[in-house]
Amino acid sequence: MTGQPVPEALGNSSAPERAATNDSPPALVVEKLTKRFGDRVAFDDVSFEVGYGEVFGFLGPNGAGKTTTVRTLGTLIAPTSGSATVAGIPLGEENGGAIRARISIMPESPGLYLRLTVMENLRCFAGLYELDDIPGRIERALRAVNLVDRAGDACRSLSKGLRQRVALARALLNDPAVLFLDEPTSGLDPVATREVHELIASLRARGVTIFLTTHRLEEAERLCDRVAILNTTLRLIGRPDELRTQLFTRSLDVRLRAPLDDPQALFDPVHDVEGWERVPSGYKLAVSDPDSAAPAVARALVDAGADILSIAESRHSLEDVYLELIDEDVEARRR
Amino acid sequence: MRFSWTRVAAIAVKELRDYRRNRFVIGTMAFLPLLFIAAPMVQLLTASASVSSSRLDSKVGLSLLYMLLIPAFIPSTLAAYSVVGEREQGTLEPVLITPIRREEFLVGKALAVAGPTLTIAYAIFGIFLAVTALFARTVIASAIFAGSHVLVQLLFIPLLAGWSIWVGIAISARSSDVRVAQQLGVLGSMPPLVIVALMQFRVITASSGLALALAAALLIIDGFGWRAVAAIFDRERLITGARS
Repeated sequence: MTGQPVPEALGNSSAPERAATNDSPPALVVEKLTKRFGDRVAFDDVSFEVGYGEVFGFLGPNGAGKTTTVRTLGTLIAPTSGSATVAGIPLGEENGGAIRARISIMPESPGLYLRLTVMENLRCFAGLYELDDIPGRIERALRAVNLVDRAGDACRSLSKGLRQRVALARALLNDPAVLFLDEPTSGLDPVATREVHELIASLRARGVTIFLTTHRLEEAERLCDRVAILNTTLRLIGRPDELRTQLFTRSLDVRLRAPLDDPQALFDPVHDVEGWERVPSGYKLAVSDPDSAAPAVARALVDAGADILSIAESRHSLEDVYLELIDEDVEARRR
Repeated sequence: MRFSWTRVAAIAVKELRDYRRNRFVIGTMAFLPLLFIAAPMVQLLTASASVSSSRLDSKVGLSLLYMLLIPAFIPSTLAAYSVVGEREQGTLEPVLITPIRREEFLVGKALAVAGPTLTIAYAIFGIFLAVTALFARTVIASAIFAGSHVLVQLLFIPLLAGWSIWVGIAISARSSDVRVAQQLGVLGSMPPLVIVALMQFRVITASSGLALALAAALLIIDGFGWRAVAAIFDRERLITGARS
């Protein structure tokens, strides 16, 4: 096996931080990966890299190919073309077992044996990974998801949120070099969702490399270092703030007590303002640099006798970025 | 990756735990053997001492055939559930995500079915022999214990179970519906049973050579069954429903 050393056991306080570094090879390298089922394209020409210790969000609408990508990288499905390296091991049928030993995938549905207890479920999977110190591993995994006191409970008696936590504990058993989480909060209520988010955040703090597929944008924005937006092809990749900058002009939202008599005469002379439009809440100004434009705009408004309620930089959410891209795709298909 | 008995054991132990808490499995394992021992017992215990030789052969043949239905039918329903059942309840993908090889998965499943099947089949046959020895008329007991009947039964119980298990798992690996798989599994368990039945009823002249040839054929099929089933076990089709 090549690549990074197997991470230290979860919960081991002496475990070194596994943050992404420039000199370490990436946890995932995907190059022009494509999967077709007959005539249907699941995903096409997808390329990206994920560093060790990174939380990477994989966003896209239903049917975009997110789960198929995860299954392909997890060696459950063979790619039609392209190549990838997972946890330092080249993707291929001959390396399937080795790759699966180094990673974990938590599918959208927990897939627990409901008649068995939490402990029995985890013991089975510890055996499948041929782990040593099985009791210790199980205890650490249960501690990581706060389920130590439910170890003896039958899985069928657990709520959906608790089952999801058991599935997460199962995915942590082998201390994966890359942890794939496929829609981990799908179908969960807000409380259970928050619990899963806290768990992911704690894994992130421990330096676990996480590949998170989701269509919950606030989830990606909150948890991920970088995100990729997939809609059969990879549409965009970067940090959430980078994506906002790439897609949207920077702007200031100006709220006044009363509308201006001649906004054009007021805004046009201000150096950093590149354009403006009237919006229900006031005015939206397109600017090159909000930090230098805001004071200049404030001075111009005060000089004109306007009562300023607020001047703030417009914040585009990841949702705005996502919807912008998906709308572009819909438009392109219509044309 | 090498073949791992640890992973085989993990699957087999999990299956056995699951069976223990599954009413359908417990019901199948309890009801069918009781049915298959009650009918021959009534036949043999109610037979008169003056029964003709041909009628005696028929009764003994039928009774022993009932004993062979246990290793043929019990595993067929369980084995037919093994893959498609996991697929339906959503537990197949998490297992296939682990480093387990398909051969290990299949052998684990087969062993989990074989263990209880053989235990029940031999236990029921033991009870059958004990009741016959103690309560049946001498002429009938002698017919049962005479010749190679007992040896044939002891030999064919695991061989028939092995056939049913691999046919059931093969059907399960290619099915998309549990009920259909179980029905086909029962049908698939029939062919060797029919040959054995024809021998028991002396339609085919039973000889040591024929019995050994059939046993050898079943042994080879059982021994290589896991390889044949592994060849048709398609991870991608099982996960996505599409062929790789």
